[in-house]
Amino acid sequence: MKRLALVLAGAFAAAPVAGQELKIGFLAPMTGIFAQIGKDMENGFQMYLDEQKGNFAGAKVTFIVEDEEGKPPVSVRKAEKLARQDNVHLLVGGLLASTGYAIAPVSTRLRVVYIPSVPAADDLTQRDLDKYPYLVRTGWTSSQPHHPLGRWACDNKYRRVVAIAADYAFGHEVVGGFQKVFEDCGGQIIQKIWPPLGTKDFGPYIPTIKQDADAIFSLMVGPMALQFPKQLQEAGVKKPIIGGGTSYDEFVLPSMGDEVLGHVSALQYSAAIDTPKNREFVRKYREKYGKVPSYYSESNYTTAQLIHEVMKRTQGKFPGPDKFVDAMVGLKLDAVRGPVRFDDMRNPVQNIYIKKVEKKKMHGYDKEELWNTVLQTYPDVSQFWTYGRDAFLKQPVYSRDFPPCKYCN
Amino acid sequence: MKRILILVGILGIVSVLAPFAGPFVILLLAQVLVLGIMAMSVDLLLGYTGLPSLGQAAYLGVGAYLTAILATKYGIGLGWDFWLVVAAGMLSGAATAAFFGLFAIRASGVYFLMITLALGMCVWGLAYRWNSLTGGDNGINMRGRPKLGDLAFSNDLTFFYVVLGFFLASFFALQLLVSSPFGRSLVGIRERELRMRILGYNTWLHKYIAFVIAGAFGGLAGVLWAHLNGIVSPSDVILTTSVDALLMVVLGGSGTLVGGLIGATVVVFLREYLATLVQWWQYVLGAVYVLTILYLPGGIMALFKGGRR
Repeated sequence: MKRLALVLAGAFAAAPVAGQELKIGFLAPMTGIFAQIGKDMENGFQMYLDEQKGNFAGAKVTFIVEDEEGKPPVSVRKAEKLARQDNVHLLVGGLLASTGYAIAPVSTRLRVVYIPSVPAADDLTQRDLDKYPYLVRTGWTSSQPHHPLGRWACDNKYRRVVAIAADYAFGHEVVGGFQKVFEDCGGQIIQKIWPPLGTKDFGPYIPTIKQDADAIFSLMVGPMALQFPKQLQEAGVKKPIIGGGTSYDEFVLPSMGDEVLGHVSALQYSAAIDTPKNREFVRKYREKYGKVPSYYSESNYTTAQLIHEVMKRTQGKFPGPDKFVDAMVGLKLDAVRGPVRFDDMRNPVQNIYIKKVEKKKMHGYDKEELWNTVLQTYPDVSQFWTYGRDAFLKQPVYSRDFPPCKYCN
Repeated sequence: MKRILILVGILGIVSVLAPFAGPFVILLLAQVLVLGIMAMSVDLLLGYTGLPSLGQAAYLGVGAYLTAILATKYGIGLGWDFWLVVAAGMLSGAATAAFFGLFAIRASGVYFLMITLALGMCVWGLAYRWNSLTGGDNGINMRGRPKLGDLAFSNDLTFFYVVLGFFLASFFALQLLVSSPFGRSLVGIRERELRMRILGYNTWLHKYIAFVIAGAFGGLAGVLWAHLNGIVSPSDVILTTSVDALLMVVLGGSGTLVGGLIGATVVVFLREYLATLVQWWQYVLGAVYVLTILYLPGGIMALFKGGRR
C-alpha cells in the first residue's frame, strides 16, 4: 500500500526546491474491525496534503500509508519498515492506546519522530515521557476531556453516578479521569461495570445498574457505542447518560438513532463547533469524502497542519528529530478544533467541549441530522486539569483499581 | 534425506544473501524462521500424530510472556542468561502443554480441535485480563534484545543468524524424533490408533509426549518471538495466530516438517511484504489457500514428491 502521494507541487506556483523532501510514514488500520476509522484518519491527513498540493514550505511531501491492523505487534513491524526501508522523517498515527505504546519505543530506538495523532494512552506524555525523546502528541490523553466532564457533572447537580466502560486501558483511564474530578467536587461513583471490549449484548449488565443512581457514565468504542444506548432504551432505563468522547463521536453518530438524543459527552472536537474555520472544514470534508468528519479526521488534519507550520519555520528543510520536536512544541496554532498549544510534556493544551446530541439542521445543510451541539467550552485544558503537573504525576496512572471505588458496595 | 539437503542448501544461500537484503526483509526472514519453528511443532501433532491443534499460540504466548516478564521486571535474559530463558521458555511451554494435554489428549478429530481452541483462549484471557502481570491489552514493551558478550542481538542481521541457528537445531531435533521408533509409532497412531493399541502401544502416552514436545518448541518460538518484535501483546496469543500456524503446515505440506517453513515463508511474505505494496493482499492470500486445498491437498511439498501418502 505504498500510496506515494506524490502530489507534485502544482507545477507552477511554489515548486519545491530541488532535493528538499519530507517523508511521512502514516500508520492506520486499513483492514479488520477498525478499518473504517483508519480511513477517517487517512482522509483527514490527505485532505490537508491535497490542499497544500503536497508541498510543505518548499519540501515535497511523500506520504506513505501502512496498515497497522489495529494490532500492536504489526504496528511495530510496519513502523520499522517505514523507518528503515523507506527512511521516513516522521511516523504519524496509530489508533489504539496499545498501538501508541508499541510504536513509541521504535521511535526512540531508531531516532525517528513519532506523532501519536490518535493514541491517547495517558502515560505516553506523562510518566513514561522520558523514555520517548522524539515523541510529540497532537491528539489528546484519555483522561484530558473527562476531567472537565467530571466538573460539569458536579455543576449540573449529579451526585451519584454508575460507570459502565469497555474493559481495557483506554476505558480505565477515561473513567479514572472522570471519577477523580467528579469525586473531588463532591460526587460519588457508586458502581463500576466493565464489559469486555467488543461486547455485543449488554443484556447481562444493564439490569445490574443500581437504581438509585442519578446518571450513567458510559465509555463505549466502535460497535459497542451503537448497541449500548439501544439496549438501554429497550430496557426502559430513563436515567441521563453522560459519556466518554468515543461513545458519541462523529464516527458512530451518523449510524445512531433517536435513542441517543440528549446524551452528553466530552471531547476536544465536535463537528458542530460553530466557528467559520470548522464550518469550512466540515463543508470541504463532506464534499470530498461524503461524510461528516470525526475527531479522527480532524486530529490528523491538524497534525498535518502542525507539521507544515514547523516546516515553514525551517524553510522546508527537515531539521533533525530533536529540533523538529522542539519546534513543534513551541507552536501555537489556531486549529479547526480551536486554539492549540503544547504543555512542557509535549501534549496539547486545548479547548474541551461538553456536547449534547441533538437532532437539528447545522452548517447550512437542509436535512435534520444528529449533531454534537456544544453545551459548554472549557478553554485551555491541559492533561493535568487544575491539579498541577507535579501533584498529578505523583498519583499512579488511572486503572481499573485507581481511583479506588470508595462508594461502591 | 534429499529434502534435508535441499533445505540446508536453500537456507545456506539465504543466509549468505541476507546481509545484502534490506532491513525490513531481514526482519521478515527472521519472522519466517520463528514461525517456522512454531509450524514444525504443529506439524509434529498434525502431520505425524494426526492431532489438529488449534491452540498452539498458547505455548508461543507462554514463552513470549515469560521472556518479556523476566526481562522487564527482573532484568533476566539480556546477557548470557539468555540461554537460561531459552530453557525456561521451552520448559514453560512444555509444562503448559503437559497440563493442557491432560484434557486435550482424551479427544480426537474435531473434538481435539475444539478443546485446544478453548484452552488457547484461556491463555489469551489471562494475557488480556491479568493486568498487573501482563500489562493487559497494552502488552509488555521490551527494552532491547540480549547482548551476549560482543554479540549484540540488537543488530537484526546477527539476530537473524541466531534465529537461523535455533531453527536448524529445532529442525534436526524434530527430524531425529520423527525418524526414531517413537516417531514411527506416532505415524502408526495417525494411520490407525486402534491397531496400535491392540499391538500393545500405550497410544495415550505417545500422543501426550508428542503434545508436550510440541509445547516445548512452541515455547521456544515464543522466546524468539518476544525478542523479534520487542513487544508481547495479547494479539500475539489470539486464535488467528494458532490458525495461521495450522494453515502454514497445511499450505506447505503436513507430515514433512520442511512444509512448515515453506508455509511460513509464503504466508509471511504474502501478508507482510505484499501488504506494503498493494491493498488487496488479503485476496491473494485467500486465493493461495483455496487453490492449495483444491489442487494440492498434500501442500506445496507435494509438488516435489507426490505427497506423503
